[in-house]
Amino acid sequence: MARITVNGIPHDVDVEPETPLLWVLREQLGLTGTKYGCGVAECGACTVHVDGAATRSCVLPISAVEPGQNVTTVEGLSSDGNHPVQKAWLALDVPQCGYCQAGMIMAAAALIAQNKAPTDADIDAEITNICRCGTYNRVRAAIKRAVEQA
Amino acid sequence: MNAIAKLSRRNFIVGSTATIGGLSLGFCVPFAEAAGNLPPEVNAWVVVRPDDTIVIRIARSEMGQGSLTGLAQLVAEELECDWSKVTTEYPSPGQNLARNEVWGDFTTTGSRAIRRSHEYVRQGGAAAREMLIAAAAEQWGVPARECRAANSVITHQPSGRTTTYGKVADAAARQTPPSEVKLKDPKDWNIAGQPLHRLDTADKLTGKQKYGIDLVQPGMLNAAIRACPVFGGKLARFDAAAVQTMPGVRKVLQVDETAVAVVADTWWRAKTALDALPITWDEGSNTGVSSASIAELLAEGLESDERVFVGTSIGDARGVIAKGGKVITATYAFPYQNHATMEPMNATALWTPERCDVWAPTQSGGLSLQVAAEAAGLPIEQCDVHKVHLGGGFGRRGGFQDFVRQAVTIAKQMPGTPIKLIWSREEDMLHGFYHPTTQCKLTGVLDEAGSLTGFHMRISGQSILTSAAPQRLRDDGSDPLVFQGLANGGDEYALGYTIQNLLIDHAMRNPPVPPGFWRGVNLNQNALYLECFMDELAHAAGQDPLAFRRKLMVDHPKHLAVLEAVAERIGWNSTPPQGVHRGLAQIMGFGSYVAAAAEVSVSDGQLRIHRIVAATDPGHVVNPAQIERQVEGSFVYGLSACLYGECTVKGGRMEQENFNTYNVMRMADMPRVETIVMPSGGFWGGVGEPTIAVAAPAVLNAVFAATGKRIRRIPLANQDLGSV
Ligand code: FES
Ligand code: FES
Repeated sequence: MARITVNGIPHDVDVEPETPLLWVLREQLGLTGTKYGCGVAECGACTVHVDGAATRSCVLPISAVEPGQNVTTVEGLSSDGNHPVQKAWLALDVPQCGYCQAGMIMAAAALIAQNKAPTDADIDAEITNICRCGTYNRVRAAIKRAVEQA
Repeated sequence: MNAIAKLSRRNFIVGSTATIGGLSLGFCVPFAEAAGNLPPEVNAWVVVRPDDTIVIRIARSEMGQGSLTGLAQLVAEELECDWSKVTTEYPSPGQNLARNEVWGDFTTTGSRAIRRSHEYVRQGGAAAREMLIAAAAEQWGVPARECRAANSVITHQPSGRTTTYGKVADAAARQTPPSEVKLKDPKDWNIAGQPLHRLDTADKLTGKQKYGIDLVQPGMLNAAIRACPVFGGKLARFDAAAVQTMPGVRKVLQVDETAVAVVADTWWRAKTALDALPITWDEGSNTGVSSASIAELLAEGLESDERVFVGTSIGDARGVIAKGGKVITATYAFPYQNHATMEPMNATALWTPERCDVWAPTQSGGLSLQVAAEAAGLPIEQCDVHKVHLGGGFGRRGGFQDFVRQAVTIAKQMPGTPIKLIWSREEDMLHGFYHPTTQCKLTGVLDEAGSLTGFHMRISGQSILTSAAPQRLRDDGSDPLVFQGLANGGDEYALGYTIQNLLIDHAMRNPPVPPGFWRGVNLNQNALYLECFMDELAHAAGQDPLAFRRKLMVDHPKHLAVLEAVAERIGWNSTPPQGVHRGLAQIMGFGSYVAAAAEVSVSDGQLRIHRIVAATDPGHVVNPAQIERQVEGSFVYGLSACLYGECTVKGGRMEQENFNTYNVMRMADMPRVETIVMPSGGFWGGVGEPTIAVAAPAVLNAVFAATGKRIRRIPLANQDLGSV
């Protein structure tokens, strides 16, 4: 049994301690917005915030998450899709298939929380998520828009 | 907010939206959410609710390419409805079958979603409009011809009376459909042709959008699968007892000749047990196959006369080349690629002795249904497939329905229990239907004026259709896809050059690796070979690559127009910034004319792609903003292959198992992309695929301009650009 706090709500989950946070979110808590893409910390589809820091949840065992830490998933990023990043994403129609986008959005939200004026080089360095549909240029534009409107 | 949330599975059951429309048609669909009182449809394409919401049915699959929005725009244009109230739903392949294929073909491959259905979806919208008008006219007791519809409002023009679609929808459903409708001229379009926002964005920003991998059904179990990693190998045995007592495990079972699966309460537990399962493979006869042995097989084909099929033959290319003169020869090669959709393969199936239902992200609902029925051992009428959003398709989820067959085969061994099968990324990388490997030897002869008088292009390599769709081979056994972009005329794949003595042929060499349709199909390899070699010829002739091409393109004005457009926009005739170099490429594919111009720099062996200008002439444009996205996206796909992508074979299996060894383009590699959409009208070309093919040759030609080095085999990551 492990206790974790997700989107402000504590949960007790009955899983093996080595279960990755990703699968606890998806299968125990039904928070399927966080996606599985590789399982080896390469693609970023599983990105969530742990105490505000962008974290690839597919390689983070649940045993490494303290009950006092707050895990934020895309479902908990805002109450109504109104986080500046989500609003910028909507305005620019960033997603194509959308599968990678929760990870992109969480990575972008963490970036602009720490860096109020990210340069192109900052974006290149921090957003290393994979998008097979090729939304990168719109992701970049939307990050800049989110910064302006935040 | 602080109470410990008690979650039961039932709290987050999702109903497939794909099933809702089915209820109004009297289908029995388990697990669907309560349908409420859906009004009757006006016709197969259109349902109008009393609050004026318009539900437009979309037969083709949405996988990111945006045709859900584009097709809705086409229906709405003719329907004359209020676009802000439009929503969409997928009918199911089973409903289509039961209704005599009223929605046509569900297949969403070959860039066909719009170009192969624009006419009948527009007719569907127009017919519904006529029926709505007729219903209003009947209620008012006036002639229908005195009424006009706009923005979901019907006006009786002489009296000024109005009503809305929602008010007459019931009555409209009882009208006789018109026997004939006149479609609007595209120049009068207001909804179609506009860069409208996508209909499916909002849910993708909050985690609400459900993909196949997210589905949950009551009582559902999860399956993880492993098939013999060696192509053609089989499952010999496995020791179920070793993992049977691991947490959550319900069943360890043989799926078919090649694969074993573990079924557990969660997928993570199923996968954990599968990783621990002792499995013995019967690796079969392909263990000696490697990338080197495949390359050898193909190289032999470059010089052979055996199993050679002629694609295009004009004049006497061989004779002209044999006579000599300035003869230029080069050999190119293109490796295997994996689709690597971000969402791994998956499908959910529920089997009982009476019925089989499948929920699948599929590019081909009709084929999914056929495969499901076969695997289920049930008449097709007792099966259905409910389509869910795809986390990428790119051709992997179309003609190949292995994931559906496996899910049903597993579910059949656990009657009454819904089974969600999810592949790991590793399974996905090892069991693709790979973008086939080909090699190409090109030979050109230049006369004294530097004009191309003879040209032979010998392609050697794998045919997709031979294994994937033999019924589509030509009578002589040749594979027409191999010649994409190289045809002597035609409205899909016409070569853009006139060459007096021309021979394009294919030595079919089929290694035991399953080939598939990968975004762009053979257009990718062919554009790279043709357009890089044109650059080689231009340099050999001492001519500017654009000027050299122009002379050969006089009779191909549409090909030339897109090429000129990118050249002009990139500033071909101006001096590029210090250290920046340019390259060009053009091709025709999937009915559209496309070209690209790239600007790159290479310093210390590091390539940087700064900017690519793309132009496309798809004939007609339904949503220019979508086209821009498709062009950018296709470049990422094509350049990923050019820069990094290679699946290598060793011991009869693929070596790459995840993105750490199969790298793809990321943000830092992404150039600026400018797209010129230049529809010339009169034809309907595809959008999702054609432009992918011109990115790589434009970049490679620019790399030559920068370094003097010809890259004749990709990926670039394997090449040393510094040693020049
Ligand atoms: S699923 Fe975690 S990084 Fe890919
Ligand atoms: S939007 Fe499809 S993978 Fe990024």
